[in-house]
Amino acid sequence: MAAWTDISNIKQKIADSSAEEVTAAYIETIGKSKINGFTTVWDEAINTAREIDSNGHDGPLAGIPIAIKENISTKGLSTTCSSKILQGYVPPYDAHVIERLKEAGAVILGKTNMDEFAMGTSTESSCYGPTFNPWDMSRVPGGSSGGSAAVVAAGEAPISLGSDTGGSVRCPAAYCGVVGLKPTYGCISRYGLISYANSLEQIGPLATTVSDIATIMDVVAGYDSRDSTSINRENNYSDALKDDVKGMKIGVPEEYFGEGIDKDVEKSVWDAISKFEDMGATYEKVSMPHTKYALASYYIIAMSEASSNLARFDGTRYGLRAEGENWHVMASKTRAEGFGTEVKRRILLGTYALSAGYHDKYYLKALKVRTLVKQDFDKALANVDVLMAPTMPASAFKIGEKIEDPLSLYLADVNTVPINLAGVPSISVPCGFVDDMPVGLQIIGKQFDENTIIKAAYCFEQNTNHHTRRPREVA
Amino acid sequence: MITKEEVEHVGWLARIEIDEKESDAYAQKLNSVLDYFEQLDEVDTENVPPTYHVADIMNVFREDVVKPSMPQEDVLSNTENKQEGNFKAPRIM
Repeated sequence: MAAWTDISNIKQKIADSSAEEVTAAYIETIGKSKINGFTTVWDEAINTAREIDSNGHDGPLAGIPIAIKENISTKGLSTTCSSKILQGYVPPYDAHVIERLKEAGAVILGKTNMDEFAMGTSTESSCYGPTFNPWDMSRVPGGSSGGSAAVVAAGEAPISLGSDTGGSVRCPAAYCGVVGLKPTYGCISRYGLISYANSLEQIGPLATTVSDIATIMDVVAGYDSRDSTSINRENNYSDALKDDVKGMKIGVPEEYFGEGIDKDVEKSVWDAISKFEDMGATYEKVSMPHTKYALASYYIIAMSEASSNLARFDGTRYGLRAEGENWHVMASKTRAEGFGTEVKRRILLGTYALSAGYHDKYYLKALKVRTLVKQDFDKALANVDVLMAPTMPASAFKIGEKIEDPLSLYLADVNTVPINLAGVPSISVPCGFVDDMPVGLQIIGKQFDENTIIKAAYCFEQNTNHHTRRPREVA
Repeated sequence: MITKEEVEHVGWLARIEIDEKESDAYAQKLNSVLDYFEQLDEVDTENVPPTYHVADIMNVFREDVVKPSMPQEDVLSNTENKQEGNFKAPRIM
């Protein structure tokens, strides 16, 4: 039986049996799943594992099964962004991260559910139906990488990849009680990631331990000329796995504990900060005055970029095609039929924000506010090593609770979107439970200083036991 | 305030057909979001430059060298609507 575990345990299992047996056990577990986290299980997974067995387990992830979000291109394996408009689309090429994973010997188990085109915080807007939170099946797993987080929490995959445009790795990591990293913008190539808001998003790993996050980063991060925003910078992430935060300076931005934060979530995060003090770190309160404007700035930018990026889904080259007497009518009907309500809303708002007469009022204004938000980060991080805050203002909400009111859903992203506007790295680690639902601590770092936040997260994990608690569904 | 008619017009710009029955519902939800966006008006952005992206790079060039590209049949593998190596679409005009 597959279960909640980490890479080093699986390596031991592979040594004791085989990659094929390990992969088969995961596929059996997925077959019994009740959470709807996987959309497709790859029929080549067993063959891949068998090949790795015969090749002598070469590579840092040899035989390790991994789940991949529906918006990351996998050659020969359906990639639909959980949208009706991309039904039947099979990419003819691999994303950069998939090439890297295959070279490292990883076994792609299959694809995971997400909010349609990554536009959401709950994984309810998928054309495959919602994914359920393994800790409480009546609650959302978070989003948009809800499938990628839920399958790791449920023991259906040891590790996964998601993508984070405004919190889409960190939110589900927090809601599902796993670890999730949003790397610095430019750290991981976006080649093969189907774009939603390309100036904001990064692919990011999810796992049960911080150590596994570093291992995955060592494989998938790095320069790729096919992404013109890829930054050429060498780093070894596993070097950061040191149990020592003595002298580390923590900034606690008071604006991240504002209106709407759950009192018990706030307490869990402060308890975590006290733990860091016990371990030899110091903290000071800092102010990031433009935080309250980040959400509006983020949504205007994300929707504007989305309206342009999603123009390619027009029925011409792949996916759904409706009938129409000319191309414009065909495209308009294809998109009306193929996109869900939230995707349409965001494209409409983005088109509106970029249209003549509104461009300066919305889009340009949002870009200027983005500058101010980024300056807040530059100033705060000039005096401290990391910032700490709740990942989400509350624990996972009920399925159906917010989906009819888009603004209430957007407000849940208040603590995650500023990080994407600034392009800095941030990791969410389990830091407690409220009414038996996990709470995430967000540790934010300087650009390309992943290693400091990984070290802080690792040290916290080594000295606490929040990450050892399992959801009942899979215990 | 975005009107029903504007929703239909923006729908046309974005090539998403919105029928009359839907446009009321869209207008209502879009307006609640646009109301929220209004709060940016209170931020003083005089002399603040826009940030289009945060990567510390500009003008990424590459050598103009011919490299192997994806075979045409792979590019066309996701559609039935093709002819003589091209995508086939309804007339534009």
